[in-house]
Amino acid sequence: MRIEFRNPQSEIRIGEKMFGQLIVSGLAVGACYALLALAMVIIYKTSEVLNFAQGEMAMISTFITFTLLENYHVPFEWAVVLTFLFAIFLAIFFEIVFLRQAKNPTVIGLIIITLGFEMILMGFAGWKWGPDQRSLPFPVSNIEAYNVYGLIISKINFWTIVISLVLMFILFLFFRYTKLGIAMRATQQNPLAARVMGIRTKWILSFTWAISSMVGAVAGMLIAALGVLDPPMMMDPLLKGFASGVLGGMTSLPGTAVGGAMLGIIENLFGGYISLSFKSAVAFVIIVLMLCIRPSGLLARHYVKKV
Amino acid sequence: MDMKRDYYEDIELFKSTTILVWSILFLIFLGILPWLIQKYHLLGMSIYILNLITIHAIVAIGLNILVGYTGQISMGHAGFFAIGAFTAVILVLNWSLPLWIALPIAGFISSGFGFILGLPALRLKGPYLAIATLGFGMTITTIIKHMEFFGGRMGLQVPKIYLLGTPMKDIHYYYVIMIIAVLMVIGAVKLIKTRVGRAFIAIRDSDIAAEAMGVNLTYYKTLAFAVSAFYTGVAGGLYAFILGFINPESFHLIMSITFLAMVVVGGLGSVMGSIAGAALMTYFDIKLQAIQDIPAIGPALVTFSQKYMSIGGISNIAVIVYGLIMILIVLFEPLGIFGFWIRTKRYWKTWPF
Repeated sequence: MRIEFRNPQSEIRIGEKMFGQLIVSGLAVGACYALLALAMVIIYKTSEVLNFAQGEMAMISTFITFTLLENYHVPFEWAVVLTFLFAIFLAIFFEIVFLRQAKNPTVIGLIIITLGFEMILMGFAGWKWGPDQRSLPFPVSNIEAYNVYGLIISKINFWTIVISLVLMFILFLFFRYTKLGIAMRATQQNPLAARVMGIRTKWILSFTWAISSMVGAVAGMLIAALGVLDPPMMMDPLLKGFASGVLGGMTSLPGTAVGGAMLGIIENLFGGYISLSFKSAVAFVIIVLMLCIRPSGLLARHYVKKV
Repeated sequence: MDMKRDYYEDIELFKSTTILVWSILFLIFLGILPWLIQKYHLLGMSIYILNLITIHAIVAIGLNILVGYTGQISMGHAGFFAIGAFTAVILVLNWSLPLWIALPIAGFISSGFGFILGLPALRLKGPYLAIATLGFGMTITTIIKHMEFFGGRMGLQVPKIYLLGTPMKDIHYYYVIMIIAVLMVIGAVKLIKTRVGRAFIAIRDSDIAAEAMGVNLTYYKTLAFAVSAFYTGVAGGLYAFILGFINPESFHLIMSITFLAMVVVGGLGSVMGSIAGAALMTYFDIKLQAIQDIPAIGPALVTFSQKYMSIGGISNIAVIVYGLIMILIVLFEPLGIFGFWIRTKRYWKTWPF
């Protein structure tokens, strides 16, 4: 679609391959959004808590990777493993120390707790690492590119998409076939019945947080690799993550993945063809439109709350 | 003793002569407060901090009408604050309107946006509403940032306001802000006590039951958003003038969260609580921003930061403390300062028992 007023910047970039290029880079960014959204949806499905601290948890984990790589010269694979351990620790700590202590919490109360945790993490990162922008030494170069049938795909974009797809597939297998995954789904559907069947629902809850935090950490690393690493880096992706979640339905994992990819592509096309400066308003418009037209999302079944 | 015989007795502002006398004494205290502060430097306060507290109190009351009384969460009040600030400044700068006209207009434009945001909010609940309002707050600042009309990324220089030929200083602003704040507090208390407030509270407790009893949800929910945005917009206008310079970067997500924190710390569903919460959190924030100046703790923290943390980010301790206070309040005192006050009062009322 072409709009009459275009800014000169995007005029230059409009070429024959532009459409494909925009879709590919949109897909890479969208994959990151999708991972972040998946992390939030996994928790939201199990415990009805909307985790506003997800972005900051991912940010702190990414900073841990950065510190391990820069200051301690740990090999990348080991840095990632240690980061995962840290992410698990962080999530379980938050779940047990703060969230579980709330007695009969209201929706607003839960949101405030996660917001408070977000601020603690944000403040800690600002205190420890300062406001400077850094770049995460990622083993994949973001200058070199593959050439696929005339489409230029930078290596980092390609690997982002691949890593996200693999991770989503693993999550899918995990929820579908492992005992733990099935126990988690059982807890989502009916905590009481799950307890009666011998599932330790409290453990399952901590475990859900741990998984979500790991997925978030991967998203954080990829976002830092695509852009820069600094304490407020997750502010924008957090909103995008919510938008992808809403787009796909906050209770459906495949829906969220599709929603993230769609959001990335739509946003990039909007930025390329219509207006680069208002690109980040797209997420908000999508949230509002989706919530008004189809609140249950694209792929989730309609959900009616009984009074 | 507490029996109400008719409706007008119930909506009276002062329930007894005692309260009336205390209120008048409190107003006199507010009148001489700047003088006291300039003379004795109580708690390291300055008139600028007082102004900021009063402005934040207005925002907190507005947000409390929405969150505490109507039960609709908003994480986008920095957006309304920004709208109020930019509208007021542009009205004074480009159309050279006087301040007392610009402020209400800023409030009404902000409440117009509140009405618009209230429309999708009709269909949203809890977490979804939080997402939508969060998006609103972040998008407004992005839009302002990219429009040359609002000074773009650089922001706007706020023009000086002249009062009888002399430029207004903090002390003059104090009285202007305080008069507006007192009016707005009275307005909020009245609003809550009358029909509209009862409708808000009914919606908070159960919107389906409220609708069944004949409360028009569309009308009252959008009204709650509009009123809340009006308060925030006026406060935003005032904020711009005491700051002297505004840029869109300062109206970020953290600001919305701090407003929410003030309301929660003060007590959901309490006007007086909002004022207390705003005062406490603003004071903490300003003092903790300069934590290295606090005796005893400050130097120790500086050495600690040099050793293990970064020295440039030491003011971030304020953010950490803020977050901790939010969590602890929700966990241990869900009604906030107001709940604490109620319990203390009840304890002393029945004291020997």
